[in-house]
Amino acid sequence: MSILRVENLSVSFGQTPIFQDVSFELNAGDWLMMIGPNGCGKSTLVRAISGAVPYAGRILYLDEDIRRLRPGELARNIGILAQNHYVGYAFTVREVVRLGRYAYRRNRGGDPEGESQIRRALELTGMNALADKSVLHLSGGELQRVFLAQLFAQAPRVLILDEPTNHLDLIYQKQVFELVSEWRKEPGRAVISVVHDLSLARAYGTQALLLYEKRALAQGSMERVFDPAYLNTAYGMDVAAWMRTMLSQWS
Amino acid sequence: MEEKRQRESYGLHTWIGLAGLTLAAMLAAVCLGNVDIPVRECLQVFRAALTGTEASDPGTASILLAVRLPRVLCVALSGASLSVCGAAMQGLLKNPLADGSTLGISSGASLGAALAIAFGFQLPRLPFSGSVILAALFAFVSLILILSLSYMLDSSFSTNTIILLGIVYSMFVSSILSLVVTFAPDKLKQITFWTMGSLEGSSYQNALVLSVMLAVCGTILIRLSEELNAFAIGEENAMNVGVNVTRVRLVILVTVSLLIGTCVSIGGTIGFVGLVTPHIIRLLTGPNHRRLLPASMFGGAAFLTLADLAARTIARPRELPIGVVTSFVGAILFVCIYYKVGRAAR
Repeated sequence: MSILRVENLSVSFGQTPIFQDVSFELNAGDWLMMIGPNGCGKSTLVRAISGAVPYAGRILYLDEDIRRLRPGELARNIGILAQNHYVGYAFTVREVVRLGRYAYRRNRGGDPEGESQIRRALELTGMNALADKSVLHLSGGELQRVFLAQLFAQAPRVLILDEPTNHLDLIYQKQVFELVSEWRKEPGRAVISVVHDLSLARAYGTQALLLYEKRALAQGSMERVFDPAYLNTAYGMDVAAWMRTMLSQWS
Repeated sequence: MEEKRQRESYGLHTWIGLAGLTLAAMLAAVCLGNVDIPVRECLQVFRAALTGTEASDPGTASILLAVRLPRVLCVALSGASLSVCGAAMQGLLKNPLADGSTLGISSGASLGAALAIAFGFQLPRLPFSGSVILAALFAFVSLILILSLSYMLDSSFSTNTIILLGIVYSMFVSSILSLVVTFAPDKLKQITFWTMGSLEGSSYQNALVLSVMLAVCGTILIRLSEELNAFAIGEENAMNVGVNVTRVRLVILVTVSLLIGTCVSIGGTIGFVGLVTPHIIRLLTGPNHRRLLPASMFGGAAFLTLADLAARTIARPRELPIGVVTSFVGAILFVCIYYKVGRAAR
């Protein structure tokens, strides 16, 4: 049984379709890289899974329509990292990370593991030293790590990351992908990432979904989706040649 | 190893301290006025009233127990209510300019009261009853109207829809209010005084209604502190961590509206308390609603009590509308807070 199955998903804003008839399956251990040019609907697809935008079609978590799951139940199973973060008030890093345990505290039996999960999430993301600092005084990269820590504290089975390396410098980009890679090795876990860096996508993904002109242009194994014919069509350029040019500067 | 949860709320001693400060402000407000009464004499009158014995000076007892005490109680309860509503709305809408009036409920209540004053609606032998009843009724109708319109436009009751509708509704009501004044120019002074807020003539019944509403609505809001934290960090983030955003938002909006409607129906529209007090308190407690909401209650009670005291004593024997004092002090404080916060951010 797949962990997450998306069937004929379509999202429109008014009369404007954002994408149509997107379907894919996510199995335990998978890391699906969602790629495509700007405006192809990658982030909207993530928002549809979170319930933030209405959609047609079905999204099934362990064969159950996610619209029938309670918000807390959904959060305990599917964790979503949004693309942008703006916090208007001076919450501390720990307070933001603690919210990751909200769905557990509301559960019967409380949340005995809560504090250890929060502490572990802070350590994993390197935010322990800043735990009592106001999020208003953090850089964009640090803020991104705070919300990653919140997501790790949430401990879901499926991580959905919308541009997780947004604002992160190289070392933290590497750390985040390594962390998620390690996290995914636990049984029954899977990841979906929206990424713009095709090198990162290729290095860490197990399968990919290429969105283009409101539809899935290609999906499946990395070899299949990263076929130059698909990439060149989607991005309107010779992607492989550009990548080689960039890399040649380091030789 | 057992993990200790980091305390998010204050310890008992802090709450006792805040309650003590609020009570001190209330005691000052009871003792001072057109006639200043020494604290010792006030306490003697209260002790006599509580033990059922006769006070040594019936005149002083009458001033304290029949006039000042019910008023001060209503003022403190209104301040606590307006402030906790402001704090909740600022968190819910993630907007530091929000307060209980953002929804347009207070404007609706004002219109009800203005209609009652302009057309002389009142119950026999109960002065002010008309304005109170119509204000409460219009507050409730406004709530239903705004929520229905919000639902028609956007079934998820999004923050932007609510803020926009609240503003538009307030402007619409304001135009009708002007129309009412045009047709009843002889009542202009009375309507203006009412819309600026006044708790003169408050009764123990008013205090009872306010305390019941504050106890119920305040408890609901404080129980939703964690959800408010989630909203204040971001609505989408709240959804992602498992908050039922539509339901929680609706519960908070209805709760705030009921409490604001009650306050406005009893004391008129008192500006700036719900806006400024949470900002002052947030400087002390931080934005965590577990601390912010209860502390805002005490802060709001103390702030409005002192503002009412100023309104009664600055130009005595003449009394100023309380809304004038809160707006004057509130506007200055608001600028000071933003200057301080802005400097800290730089």
